[in-house]
Amino acid sequence: MNDLLALPLSYLKPLGFLGELIIILLKIAVVFVVTLLHVAYATYWERKVIAHMQLRLGPREVGPFGLFQPFADGIKLFFKEDIIPATSDKPIFYLAPVIFFVSALTSLAVLPFFDGFVVADINIGLLFLLAMSSLGAYGIVMSGWSSGSKYSFLGGLRSASQVISYEIAMGLSLVGVMIMSGSLNLTEIVRSQHASPIGVFVVPQILGFFVFMVAMFAETNRLPFDLPEAESELVAGYFTEYSGFRFAMFFLGEYTGMLIMSSTATICFLGGWTLPGFVTNALPFLNIVPGIVWFLMKVYFFMFFYYWIRATLPRYRYDQLMAIGWKVLIPIALANIVITGTLKIMGWL
Amino acid sequence: MDNLFDDTETTFETKQLTVSLGPQHPATHGVLRLDLDLNGETVVKCTPYVGYLHRGIEKLGENKTYFAALPLSDRLDYISSMNNNVGYVNAVEKLFGIEAPERAKFIRTMVAEMGRLSSHIVWLGTHVLDIGATTPFLLAMTAREKILDLFEILCGARLTVSYPRIGGVRNDISQQFLDELYAFVLDFPSRMDDYETLVTENRIWKERTVDVGIISAEEAINWGLTGGTLRGSGVDYDVRKYAPYDAYDKVDFKVPVGVKGDCYDRYLVRVGEMREANKIIQQCIENLPAGPVMAEAPKFTLPPKDLVMKDMEHLIHQFILITKGPTVAEGEVYVGTEVPKGELGFYFISDGTGKPYRMRVRAPSFVHASVMPRLCEGGLLADVIANIGTIDIVLGECDR
Repeated sequence: MNDLLALPLSYLKPLGFLGELIIILLKIAVVFVVTLLHVAYATYWERKVIAHMQLRLGPREVGPFGLFQPFADGIKLFFKEDIIPATSDKPIFYLAPVIFFVSALTSLAVLPFFDGFVVADINIGLLFLLAMSSLGAYGIVMSGWSSGSKYSFLGGLRSASQVISYEIAMGLSLVGVMIMSGSLNLTEIVRSQHASPIGVFVVPQILGFFVFMVAMFAETNRLPFDLPEAESELVAGYFTEYSGFRFAMFFLGEYTGMLIMSSTATICFLGGWTLPGFVTNALPFLNIVPGIVWFLMKVYFFMFFYYWIRATLPRYRYDQLMAIGWKVLIPIALANIVITGTLKIMGWL
Repeated sequence: MDNLFDDTETTFETKQLTVSLGPQHPATHGVLRLDLDLNGETVVKCTPYVGYLHRGIEKLGENKTYFAALPLSDRLDYISSMNNNVGYVNAVEKLFGIEAPERAKFIRTMVAEMGRLSSHIVWLGTHVLDIGATTPFLLAMTAREKILDLFEILCGARLTVSYPRIGGVRNDISQQFLDELYAFVLDFPSRMDDYETLVTENRIWKERTVDVGIISAEEAINWGLTGGTLRGSGVDYDVRKYAPYDAYDKVDFKVPVGVKGDCYDRYLVRVGEMREANKIIQQCIENLPAGPVMAEAPKFTLPPKDLVMKDMEHLIHQFILITKGPTVAEGEVYVGTEVPKGELGFYFISDGTGKPYRMRVRAPSFVHASVMPRLCEGGLLADVIANIGTIDIVLGECDR
């Protein structure tokens, strides 16, 4: 994959700054288009997977096997009337979905999809991811606040407290990974994982992985933590009053968020685009497979896990959610940091 | 430090949020409207408003003959219309002083328990769906579909069946119906196992329902609760046991009761009832006696349809019964029957004409809706949803 890219890139390199710019713009275009297509098909796939879990068939009318359903949905949402409630705070109402969607998309910039392919290879990649996912909460809070609806208001409040609480647990759960790899750069994290004896951080960081897995459901407002949009209580929560493409932006933002959380879990715990060294040593032919394939397979596993949980579990109550976050996840994550740190100092890692 | 907190109390103006839950809310099961005063997520005050589905069924009943008013009872609790029919015909038969033949009684018991199963399946699905689990709803609905198909074989209608008739049932059952029903009955326990695997021991489900909406046995009786909502509090009251009608004294079944009276106990009681209902259906099929399905009381029962089409005398008879009604002795009668929601009572006052002077329906859903404030106040907003599911109301019956 890298070799394929090397040739066109070699023509652009001599152009200096302009060439760099073109390369970055190309990368951005590729990443965004590919990701948005993935997001569109994540909705299709979710509907199919859950339908089959529930003895249904899912979409099958638009195109073969319903494969064009995401486009049909997109076109429908695009041309729907954009209803603005009279009681809403208009500028904030307009802005909220944009903030939510943009903050989700911005996170894509630092994700290394395979070796060397990352839009912005910055040294604080992991912190950037956490920062962007918290920024998304502003979109939710603002939409809840500005809609002028009580359901949205309650949904926004719930989401604010939920995201703040689980942000802490999620950040702490990743500290173990930072200690083990000694870097915040996501590419470096994957490389140091590949260099480690087991090849993945999920085994030594099993506690951190557990906390991250739970927190990632809460971060993306998915079942069993989908309280901000709990439809049985709050109709649709913070985006009750949104329609048309503004609604679609929340929708896309949520699925992009899922994709980013899955990618983060893949990069930090499952070795990103690499396979563990002992596997490739035993089965050398696996080296031919491009890294992006392994990366996507791992990401799809997490996406499937999202759907699986959604089809299985009921929803937690607000106070129970808070209790889990503060009384279970944060202590476990702190203990994980202490254990990892101790082992690191003792030189066992 | 105390002063500091006092200051913050006074500088911020706080007010309670009033949220109107319903009548077009996704989780209020029809058109129930609850006005909730919220302090944060805590419910301070809960006021149920009913009447959005009022159709004046009681008043309509006074303007129709006893025969013509039967389909009105379908429209009470439209999820279990079979049970309402059975309640209605039992009350009218007592007023008329006639009794259905043995075979009709067994058939009625059988179809009433099928109605109970179908209603409880809807309850299970929607209750669990409100708490957030989508899969049990869709799994359960497939079983209900099968029951509705069986109703279609039985009488041609799926929801508003009007199959039981005053003095018996509309038509005898076919062998095909019995075979398919028996196959369903044998298969049903494994279906129940599927649903319960997903729900009963689920940690999140238990956290959402255990110790939520507790009501003690004494309070439950004082509020007038009946059915599974009452039995969840540990009161062993079931009309089918205490005042048996139809063939309930000839079948063997247990009445599940709860202990604590919380949402989880009410859930267990209803799930137990589903398994018992299945057993009752099986016993009814196995012990079904032969004989006629309509009482021999020409003054009070409609003549067979084929004779009406061929014979002048029967046609006149049918015409008189439908338009003028039978001649009924003066008096009043109350008959309560156990419908899936609780005790459904029909109270008739007869003034000697073919139409009731007063038809009063004691609707369990109405009583259960009134207990909502007691269950919800002091709890969290999410508990309101659990409570709505657990009292199992249908607004068609509540508003009448």
